[in-house]
Amino acid sequence: MRTKQMLLAFLMLLVGSSLMFAGTVSGKVTYTGTPAHQKPIDMSKEPSCAKQHATPVTTETVVTGANNALDNVVVYVSAGAPDEGQVPTQAITYTQKGCQYIPHVLAMHVNQEFDIINDDQTSHNIHPLPKVNIEWNKSQPPGTPPIKEKYDKPEFIEVKCNIHPWMHGYFAVLKTSHYDVSKEAGDFKLPNLPPGKYTITAWHEKYGTQTADVTITGNETKDVNFTFKATPY
Amino acid sequence: MRMNPLATRFASADFSGRVLTMNSLKPMRWIPCSAILGLVVVAGFAVRTFAQDAPDVGPKPRIVLKPMESHIGNITGHAADAKSDYRRYCAGCHGDYGDANGENAVWLDPKPRDFTTAAFKCRSTLTGTLPTDEDLFNTIGRGLTNSNMPVWNTFTKQQRADLVAYIKIFSPRWEHEKAGTPITIPPEPPITIESISHGKALFTKLECWKCHGPHGEGDGPSASTLTDSKDNPIRPYNFALGGNDSRFKCGNTNQDIYKIFMTGVDGTPMPSFADVIQPNEAWDLVHFLRTLQVHRHGKENEVLMDAHGVIPPYVDKNLAPAADNKTSGGGQ
Repeated sequence: MRTKQMLLAFLMLLVGSSLMFAGTVSGKVTYTGTPAHQKPIDMSKEPSCAKQHATPVTTETVVTGANNALDNVVVYVSAGAPDEGQVPTQAITYTQKGCQYIPHVLAMHVNQEFDIINDDQTSHNIHPLPKVNIEWNKSQPPGTPPIKEKYDKPEFIEVKCNIHPWMHGYFAVLKTSHYDVSKEAGDFKLPNLPPGKYTITAWHEKYGTQTADVTITGNETKDVNFTFKATPY
Repeated sequence: MRMNPLATRFASADFSGRVLTMNSLKPMRWIPCSAILGLVVVAGFAVRTFAQDAPDVGPKPRIVLKPMESHIGNITGHAADAKSDYRRYCAGCHGDYGDANGENAVWLDPKPRDFTTAAFKCRSTLTGTLPTDEDLFNTIGRGLTNSNMPVWNTFTKQQRADLVAYIKIFSPRWEHEKAGTPITIPPEPPITIESISHGKALFTKLECWKCHGPHGEGDGPSASTLTDSKDNPIRPYNFALGGNDSRFKCGNTNQDIYKIFMTGVDGTPMPSFADVIQPNEAWDLVHFLRTLQVHRHGKENEVLMDAHGVIPPYVDKNLAPAADNKTSGGGQ
């Protein structure tokens, strides 16, 4: 009887902490100033890719949306995350399509396995350039199976294809799964945060990082907004 | 007696018995001070410009000599024994701290290897793994053609083994990781025109020509954009240069060429093809690459001469006719 009660209490605590008091941090990432002009990419040297784009795509160093929204910003819990060390098992993919990386920034947990896929009719070489993790460089011709990889240290890693020099992307290897990458409207959402104090960091490949501290006390949604100072160069 | 104004001020300050005030000091303080300051700035600028290196601030950190070892055959190398050899022969380019910041490094292209990353070009192991001691030992003895790394065949084997151990002190990877497993290279099949033809098809399909050029002359469409992992411009290998003496960076045997594309050249744009080329295909590619060395006398070029210098289009016997277009049309 007593064991049953304790089990029930434990279960309630577990459910309670994860559902009833799950806070959310959400907000928008915007910029002030003039963002860098993105140049159209000339893919004429790779016709199989060029024909996939009706209008030439541009570089993606700074991608913006309406109302000064800033895209491709990785927003994550940099301190206080309750899940550090819990490696998610779901597969995430990084696709090369039309000689572009989709997504442009792939966020992942340390040691989480991810698949690199070549959807093009041309060979790519995937050449991430880590400083902390170990560097490798692999060829992936069309029709070959996905390359499975993982990184064991947190780092923002630039990714290049040497064959198609315009291809640039990033891996954001984080110690947590509480992350989001801002989309077209610049918005992000970090749900399922139990009560506690957190540091939220926003990282942009050109404009650097910003942090904000939040305290979640219960079942609430905290608004956190980040504004980056955009420079044209 | 005439005195210049500055002298007057000196005189008044020194001999008139007046108490020195800030006001009385001002002119004589500023004139020599600004002159000295100007000299210092000019001298400092000159030093910086000509030395091409910022003067070091503060004491240099000590080099931590770890008890690293290397094993090549029955020779055991010890890091401690290579200390003076490294300082005398290697540090000038690779730097005291192995970070490729030696005083000659600024003048070199390609740049010296940075031992702190522990990424090496010539390996028998897969991309991203540490090379074997033997790989490093061979690199020192062979030198790196098309770079400033000389052939260190004046060293004894023991000296080279000691140096292999020494360069391990610069990266913590050598303490936590084991060297990769060398790839297995199957015995080389006979050189035939079919093998060369298949190799050419692979060269096209795997887009080797995008950098190395359609004739292996290092002039592919992406060649001019290439940079190494430190963002320094780098050239793809030109197979056509040189005659019988033309050398590859990581060794001149057919096995060495096989290793290059299967392991990749880490730190450069050259990727690993280990996951995408079958072992028997790899030999065909080696045979074709040899024919790109147009001025070299070798078995491959003889076979090509016997076929009147024409490489026939490759026909994959395993593929259904319907899929033929797909294989022969790739790339070029």
